[in-house]
Amino acid sequence: MAVKSAYISKKSAKGDKPNLTNSGFTTAEELYAYREMLLIRRFEEKAGQLYGMGFIGGFCHLYIGQEAVVVGMEMAQKEGDQVITSYRDHGHMLAAGMDPKGVMAELTGRKGGLSKGKGGSMHMFSKEKQFYGGHGIVGAQVPLGAGLAFANKYRGNDHVSVAYFGDGAANQGQVYETFNMASIWKLPVIFVIENNRYAMGTAASRSTAVSDHLGARGAAFGIPCEQVDGMDVRAVRDAADRAIEHCRAGEGPYILEMMTYRYRGHSMSDPAKYRSKEEVQKMREEHDPIEQVKARILNGKLATEDDLKKIDAEIRAVVTEAAEFAQNDPEPSPAELYTDIYVNA
Amino acid sequence: MPSILMPALSPTMEEGKLAKWLKNVGDMVKPGDVIAEIETDKATMEVESVDEGPLTAILIPAGTENVKVNTPIAVIGEADAAPAPKAEAPKAEDAPIATPAIVTSAPATSPEVPEGTEMVTMTVREALREAMSEEMRRDPDVFLMGEEVGQYQGAYKISQGMLEEFGPKRVIDTPITEHGFTGLAVGAAFAGLKPIVEFMTFNFAMQAIDQIINSAAKTHYMSGGQLNCSIVFRGASGAAARVGAQHSQDYAAWYGHIPGLKVVMPYSAADAKGLLKSAIRDPNPVVFLENEILYGKSFEVPKVEDWLVPIGKARIARVGHHVTIISFGIGMTYAMAAADKLAAEGIEAEVIDLRTIRPMDLATVLESVRKTNRCVCVEEGFPQFSVTSEIAAQVMTHAFDYLDAPVARVAGKDVPMPYAANLEKLALPNADEVVAAAKAVLYV
Repeated sequence: MAVKSAYISKKSAKGDKPNLTNSGFTTAEELYAYREMLLIRRFEEKAGQLYGMGFIGGFCHLYIGQEAVVVGMEMAQKEGDQVITSYRDHGHMLAAGMDPKGVMAELTGRKGGLSKGKGGSMHMFSKEKQFYGGHGIVGAQVPLGAGLAFANKYRGNDHVSVAYFGDGAANQGQVYETFNMASIWKLPVIFVIENNRYAMGTAASRSTAVSDHLGARGAAFGIPCEQVDGMDVRAVRDAADRAIEHCRAGEGPYILEMMTYRYRGHSMSDPAKYRSKEEVQKMREEHDPIEQVKARILNGKLATEDDLKKIDAEIRAVVTEAAEFAQNDPEPSPAELYTDIYVNA
Repeated sequence: MPSILMPALSPTMEEGKLAKWLKNVGDMVKPGDVIAEIETDKATMEVESVDEGPLTAILIPAGTENVKVNTPIAVIGEADAAPAPKAEAPKAEDAPIATPAIVTSAPATSPEVPEGTEMVTMTVREALREAMSEEMRRDPDVFLMGEEVGQYQGAYKISQGMLEEFGPKRVIDTPITEHGFTGLAVGAAFAGLKPIVEFMTFNFAMQAIDQIINSAAKTHYMSGGQLNCSIVFRGASGAAARVGAQHSQDYAAWYGHIPGLKVVMPYSAADAKGLLKSAIRDPNPVVFLENEILYGKSFEVPKVEDWLVPIGKARIARVGHHVTIISFGIGMTYAMAAADKLAAEGIEAEVIDLRTIRPMDLATVLESVRKTNRCVCVEEGFPQFSVTSEIAAQVMTHAFDYLDAPVARVAGKDVPMPYAANLEKLALPNADEVVAAAKAVLYV
């Protein structure tokens, strides 16, 4: 059972299944969400393939299954709002509008990568898109995200920052140090917990007290929270609207706990033996975020099967172009080894 | 009957001002009664009586400055003729050599100071405060955050008065949460602000070192040069006095190890001011290592409109030709005292104050060593993998043919800092060790 407190939304506190009552999307919104989520899905599948072929090295954490979270959040944000996340970051970058070619070329460690090949999968940034990484130390992005919000408040603008972290990071002490500061200083930051149930190989129930409601921890700091069906992009956008409105109004931070699921292993080298194939299969068949939108589009006759196939083809072309660029772009010049360590004062 | 002695209010207090008497001669005093107020440059404190009886004499009038710790200030009951008890414990056998007095002479020559510049005397503490205040007046994106920097006026009074001038938006008291507020400040720097993060001591910054290194230092590189982090991490580093192993570590070598960081460790007030102003303006993360014992020491500071000292430039603190002594921060006190002692024996040491640990001004170091052919380096930090190890390696690599003796090092001892006064003295370097090292490389 979820923890009951004044800070949990009525919707999520009423039943076992959180937040099932969703506002509707317009046709344009459904199609936008479909396209954006599909781009992430296809991009990540391609990244997995390139990894298997040896084009991508090191760590590579795929976002497949969790697409609705970042797409729903982005739909509620406005230009200039900042985003920061962990190492499972490809989806966040694509949703922020960063160039798929640049992201993929960074994965392959090439000159045209968004960090010139010096960052890799976990470390990409875009000032233009207000995307602040891409952080490999679990939980470290949370105070950084609050710092982005601090800057907004310092400057007196009405932007919010969105700091994503997982159920694993939710056990890092600095997350709670940040909750405390964000609350006392009323920082416009939305903490998005992407609860995909497993911190690498450790189920939340094995690592986490009151593991069925991580967001409830905000209650100790006076931070409101909602538990959200993170597989339903409409529920995500709906909750994000409320959270952002709260932050923009100067009411301080807000927590959204997205109940989500990753289909792939923690990273490419993870066989995911800590969960059953049936569990994964069930999520894919019954809760897939993209299939949900697709079904609504077709059932509601918002578009035809052919229309969607056309979108699919466009997305495939974008991903193929990105993959080709990432495989053919040259490696960074050896001279890059010693550049960008310092800004020239 | 007992004399009341001038109390020490902090581990490093040597003297203070007797601000006010709250009892008059003839008043009855009970244990716990506040009888006087004492001020130091760090704090104002009340003196409570531990004795009972009439206040029979006030020995130090109110308003007296520079009253040494342990000076009798009043007498309760009938004064006895016995001298004031000494706080010093009996000496252990084989008592160590006394630590040299802190030398606070201004640099003989500094190339940055134009001839005829008016100088003002100020403490390192005041110099740091002036640097921050001037930069905050100049740039609205600069702000100060840390524990007790605002309402408390700074744990070491560095930020005294700044809350009044700049307000709570820019002088921000944080919870005791180093890891969190450091990360938050780094995030604010990513967004283009210019935070000054004060650590009460750098010992506490170990809780935050992940954010300093992984987030602040590496992001510019990891982003291919897109995202810089203009931030200053500052606070006391190294030993204070009798504060034990967890509060006494020097972090110059730790941060000096990291590409992406600049590391500054000033000795004089002029350098503290000029380098802190440069650090605040620097678009990179700068670790600015101060020293609690130096906070209260006075130096001459140039009275100029905008006193800046460049990061990455060493200073020749004393010109000589027999041996080069290289140090930085409080290590300079030992280096300068040793140079005085050596001069008395006819040995002219050239003393170089590194001032910046990273990037290190090797050109100045090597030029001097090529002239003197002998090199001693001095620091308070642990000896292994230290700043002086690095200097020794660089000198060996780049000036091997000029050396007439192996490079000698004088560092803190390879032990956690002990509490006992005699052991602490043994653990720290001293001027005589520097003198001995200089003589060793001179074979005299």
